[in-house]
Amino acid sequence: MGYTLNFSAVWRSFDQLLWGLGLSLTLAFVAIAIGCVLGLITAFGLLSKQGALRHPARIYVTIIRNTPILVLVLFTFFALPQLGIRLGKIESFVATLALYSGAYLAEVFRGGLLAVPNGLKEAGLAIGLTQAQIRNSIVMPLMLRNVLPSLSSTLISLFKDTSLAAAIAVPELTFEARKINVETFRVIETWIVASCLYVATCSVLAALLRRLERRMSIPR
Amino acid sequence: MTGNLLEIRDLHKRYGDVEVLKGVDCTMAQGDVISIIGSSGSGKTTMLRCINMLEEFQGGSIRIDGEEIGYETAGGTRRRKKEKEIARQRAMTGMAFQQFNLFPHMSAAENVMLGLVKVKKMSRDEARSVAEKWLDRVGLAERRDRFPGQLSGGQQQRVAIARAIAMNPKLMLFDEVTSALDPELVNEVLQVIKDLARDGMSMLLVTHEMRFAYEVSSRVIFMNQGRIGEEGNPREMFLKPQTERLAEFLKTSTFN
Repeated sequence: MGYTLNFSAVWRSFDQLLWGLGLSLTLAFVAIAIGCVLGLITAFGLLSKQGALRHPARIYVTIIRNTPILVLVLFTFFALPQLGIRLGKIESFVATLALYSGAYLAEVFRGGLLAVPNGLKEAGLAIGLTQAQIRNSIVMPLMLRNVLPSLSSTLISLFKDTSLAAAIAVPELTFEARKINVETFRVIETWIVASCLYVATCSVLAALLRRLERRMSIPR
Repeated sequence: MTGNLLEIRDLHKRYGDVEVLKGVDCTMAQGDVISIIGSSGSGKTTMLRCINMLEEFQGGSIRIDGEEIGYETAGGTRRRKKEKEIARQRAMTGMAFQQFNLFPHMSAAENVMLGLVKVKKMSRDEARSVAEKWLDRVGLAERRDRFPGQLSGGQQQRVAIARAIAMNPKLMLFDEVTSALDPELVNEVLQVIKDLARDGMSMLLVTHEMRFAYEVSSRVIFMNQGRIGEEGNPREMFLKPQTERLAEFLKTSTFN
């Protein structure tokens, strides 16, 4: 083959990659934060006895989860303006990822809510707590503990999905890497470094979540 | 208005087509300790759960201290009271469950404190001292910072009783509180209940512990197929049952 690895060109543009990573993290953080709220509301909707709440929640989850995220990204950025909704590329991507993560997190949260024993809610009612107090003091804290293990893989997966923002020229990590690749022709080096940045970030994220899980674990 | 603490009139409860309570009447005075016995499916637990609205009921009325529980009738239509009002009424009673139902993510003390802080609006310090007093009363002062998963079944049930009693209810409801316990842990829980009875706490107990019902109750109610089959003082009931159903039920029960 005779290809010699030479990282110097990539190192010269390394700060560009770091800026990209910074943007990736920001996109993920904002989108997932909105997605958590959306997911939680949807999860309660999915479990509601009232069809007026349950059906819209189910339709939302079904449509979003069964559409590839790249299609959603392209639709929001290119198709919505035709319908009069014009968003900047960053806003457009954050909105898409928020909607997407909301649907995935809704299912995660739904499972966590179902795992809270009914007897605990009754015990709350019996001491005179209102439904809202039971939700905040009993159901949500237990739900969170139930979902933390599976939440970690969902969150990491959502973070990696930020790479799709490259498709609409959002200057995040993948987009920056592609730029460097084109400018320097150091194909292998560029993508090795970009991959390492993704792996390192995801590992840190996973470690943080494991720590949170340990800290929140119930002594027994 | 009568001076009764609890007054149940013609209570009817259906699950779909199945009527589980077919007109139950029961009154109870301050300080009474009433045991409800009967075979499974006779409606004893359901009756208890109607009193604090964990179950809806379709007919009849329940009053505590003269106040109608759960429903109001206005212009001829019977309507469920508002959630907030029902929550307030539920706090008039305390309940201990067969499965303890302690909040697993809270220590023993926090379990007791939750209602004091959220419902009674006590400060955390005040709530903590009330919680500690009651945990001490049930013999668990040193375990107050343990979590439910670190306690035995008997200890968990005692915490659950402390959690209910700390709210200072007018009436305590015990729903088969020893049924889920290993035999050697039953007595520590029964002892706590006996102590409460001696202090004049009004109590309604669904139980399979016949000897305990005999010893602690001022009155026993025998439920049979959704109705009160027989009631009276425990001595008469257990020694001279008037109905064949009760005689048969007692024959199959163990007194230990």
